[in-house]
Amino acid sequence: MSKALRRRENISGYLFLLPSLIFFLGFVVFPMILCVYTSFFDAKLSANVPDAFVGFQNYVTLWKDPVFLKALVNTFIIVLVSVPVVCVFSLWVASAIYKMKEGALSFFRIVFYLPVVTGSVAVTVVWKWMYNNYYGIFNYLLKGMGFIEKNINWLGDPKYALACIIIILLTTSVGQPIVLYVSALSNVDQSLVEAAEVDGATNLQVFWRIKWPQIMPTTLYILVITTINSFQCFALIQLLTSGGPNYATETVMYYIYYTAFKLNNFGYGNAMGVILAIFIAILSAIQFRLAREK
Amino acid sequence: MKITSGRTKAYRTVTLIVLIVLALLFLFPLYWILTGSVKTMAEINSATPRWFPQEFTLRNYAELFSRRSAPLLSLFGVEVGKVPGAIRWLLNTVFMAVMAMILTCITAAMAGYALAKKRFFGRTLLFSLIVAAMALPKQVILIPLIREISALGLYDNIWAVIFPTVGWPFGVFLMKQFSEGIPGEMLEAARIDGASELKTFTSVVVPLIKPGIGALAIFTFINSWNDYFMQLIMLTSSKNLTISLGIATMQAENSTDFGLIMAGAALAAVPIIVVFLIFQKYFTKGITMGAVKG
Repeated sequence: MSKALRRRENISGYLFLLPSLIFFLGFVVFPMILCVYTSFFDAKLSANVPDAFVGFQNYVTLWKDPVFLKALVNTFIIVLVSVPVVCVFSLWVASAIYKMKEGALSFFRIVFYLPVVTGSVAVTVVWKWMYNNYYGIFNYLLKGMGFIEKNINWLGDPKYALACIIIILLTTSVGQPIVLYVSALSNVDQSLVEAAEVDGATNLQVFWRIKWPQIMPTTLYILVITTINSFQCFALIQLLTSGGPNYATETVMYYIYYTAFKLNNFGYGNAMGVILAIFIAILSAIQFRLAREK
Repeated sequence: MKITSGRTKAYRTVTLIVLIVLALLFLFPLYWILTGSVKTMAEINSATPRWFPQEFTLRNYAELFSRRSAPLLSLFGVEVGKVPGAIRWLLNTVFMAVMAMILTCITAAMAGYALAKKRFFGRTLLFSLIVAAMALPKQVILIPLIREISALGLYDNIWAVIFPTVGWPFGVFLMKQFSEGIPGEMLEAARIDGASELKTFTSVVVPLIKPGIGALAIFTFINSWNDYFMQLIMLTSSKNLTISLGIATMQAENSTDFGLIMAGAALAAVPIIVVFLIFQKYFTKGITMGAVKG
């Protein structure tokens, strides 16, 4: 490449990038740095008090804060339940539908994606009604079938509240993985599948030996995005339980919001944000490592 | 040739039945929103659920649109017309989603093209930064962003939810994937013809990556519409709310009037579902192309 051409490539490359870069640096990278920076301060959001440098104080307090620890445990429960369930469920649905005719395939893909498109607020308010103590359909159905004797206050009972949240979360999480798996499964090298079938391999053998390795990158991607989404579970909590009863549904993301905006403890909220980001980074790295070893 | 035995046939039938039952369960919340929105107070507050509304009423919608409390337009502090709050929220949401969509598509198409086809200094580093940023918890970044937004004077302004959406790197990543497919010879030919960089982009690159732009447009529109967390922390005054946020506020104020809340939920969900159904082919493509391969 000539020197003049290289210069032209450099300049035009940056000019094309510039508009996007302004938004990316200004509204993603800069706040990220700000998050780490603010986490070392005792900062208030509303009052005009200057931030006071406190070093690692916020990070020390964090591990002694029973609410944060409870939120962390709940968040891990949500992640540990939802990630495997979402992966297995969406892989099963995708395997069952990917060979269907275009119309049927689209139908199922759309139906499982609908809770995502409907939006967290609309989805949450209708589930709130369905879980309702007096007018909800769950109490009616379960009582009718004889599973329970009297109405249960699903969201108000620490025994059930978190499970109720996880159920809603699952319905809004499988849409994207199903779309991804359908596409990955239909891209599996058909000649290999046929060759194995000629050799008398069973369906299960074909799946584990041929399809599974080929859809591994998709599985990995789904694991990572589902983990990130489950860690950030917020809207359901804010709209249904506000973390209650007795912190039974407190999640890290809700506690961050509550601390930063309701308690006006902005620096502390940012410190928790940093910790959450670190946890997500570690888990994503582990998933990458495991997938590569396989 | 494989012989379909009785067992696999039975297995297929069972699978199909399970799939259909699951599909109905996934459709149910939406059905419950729509039917709930036209049920009378008595039917809603009945311990025995009415699976089909017996008396059709528009009371809930009348209530939703009853008070003309918000200005239709407010430009430079001048307010024109009076409309019900819900209409104003809907207009805000459409404006937000359309603006986010247009800005994202323009900036991401340019940046994606540069990253895929331009050999400029620091390209690999920048691309790694973009991929790494996609693994960050988006909601955590929005917490420190609130201070930046306040400093820019954008707090409680619809642009505060548009700019961070444009900055999110997914679009750039997606457009890079699509731009990889542009044949180098076509760019070379345009250069030899003496076309300017901008001309090459608009007349050669854009037509080739149009399906990608379509996918990104619909993807951004839907995600922006439903990004409840960002809307919640950035917008406060009643006339600036989005439809999701408005419904959330409404349900916090009248938590027992499920009919009214379902009418609101329907108003928030139906437009975006219609958009999704019209463009779902593009949407599916966007999701699958955006997955990190390998």
